[in-house]
Amino acid sequence: MKPACVLIVDDSSVMRKIVERSLRQAGLDVQKVLEASNGSEALNVAREHSLDLILSDINMPLMDGLEFVRQLRSLESAQHIPVIMITTEAGEAHVVQALSCGASGYIRKPFTPEQIKERVIPLLRG
Amino acid sequence: MDQELNAGQQHVQIHLSVRAGGPPARAAAKPSSATPSAKHAGWREILAIATAEVFEIMMGTALVGLQDENQPILADFTAMVGIAGSLCGVVVLQTSAAAARRIAAKMLGCDEADVSENVQDAFGEVCNMVAGSFKAKVAGLADGCALSVPTVISGKDYALHSLANGERFRVSFSFEDNPLSVTLDVHS
Repeated sequence: MKPACVLIVDDSSVMRKIVERSLRQAGLDVQKVLEASNGSEALNVAREHSLDLILSDINMPLMDGLEFVRQLRSLESAQHIPVIMITTEAGEAHVVQALSCGASGYIRKPFTPEQIKERVIPLLRG
Repeated sequence: MDQELNAGQQHVQIHLSVRAGGPPARAAAKPSSATPSAKHAGWREILAIATAEVFEIMMGTALVGLQDENQPILADFTAMVGIAGSLCGVVVLQTSAAAARRIAAKMLGCDEADVSENVQDAFGEVCNMVAGSFKAKVAGLADGCALSVPTVISGKDYALHSLANGERFRVSFSFEDNPLSVTLDVHS
């Protein structure tokens, strides 16, 4: 696996730091971490950078994670990027909705580095 | 009759951020339901499990349960997350300033001296995860309702009053010898 460029999207700066630390604890070779605090910011980052992975919260102001993924998938350059939703919304309907919007995976908060590893590594290999 | 929860310092800072369409954050101050309705049987225990799970997973800390759940605590930090949908209510997390700093430090894996700007954010996220974990464990709530983004109040000179006549569930813990309580006020 080549070193990854990762975008972490969450309105909480604490959660962004925790997700980054969990990626490193999971053994992921992270070359660069970019951050956004809502879906609108994240779309701009995705347009300007070559990303290997996106981890995104759902409940955020301005543009939520579901709308972000929906719009991201309309960008030709971003259709292949794995997107994992990390959220407190754990219901089956939420998971189905996220996947139907274009998400590649789903992690419920609270999470462990092992759960990050289980979901992320296969997507980066794939 | 409403009961004042906290009093003491002279100023309160309110950091309010409510998602569009979310409910107003509000918390009651009445005794925890001694005998919950059949509809809500076991909710206090589920709230306790959800809270302990968040602290265990995110901080590696085992909370110690306390018995005096109706005793008001002198909280420096109060985080609230609204629930709207098939259940309407609010989850309220309260603790001391020292505990809030410790929580932020443990979540971030850094020294307490380095967390000042992150304390409110971290405490709000803990409350968010407790609310999410609770609704994930109650049948019908996971898909039936949504959470607001957290609101965090710092300061002691305020009182929380419920404008609804629903049930209240409170669980008290010791977090590394600091008091911590979590309350669920059910509005409907």
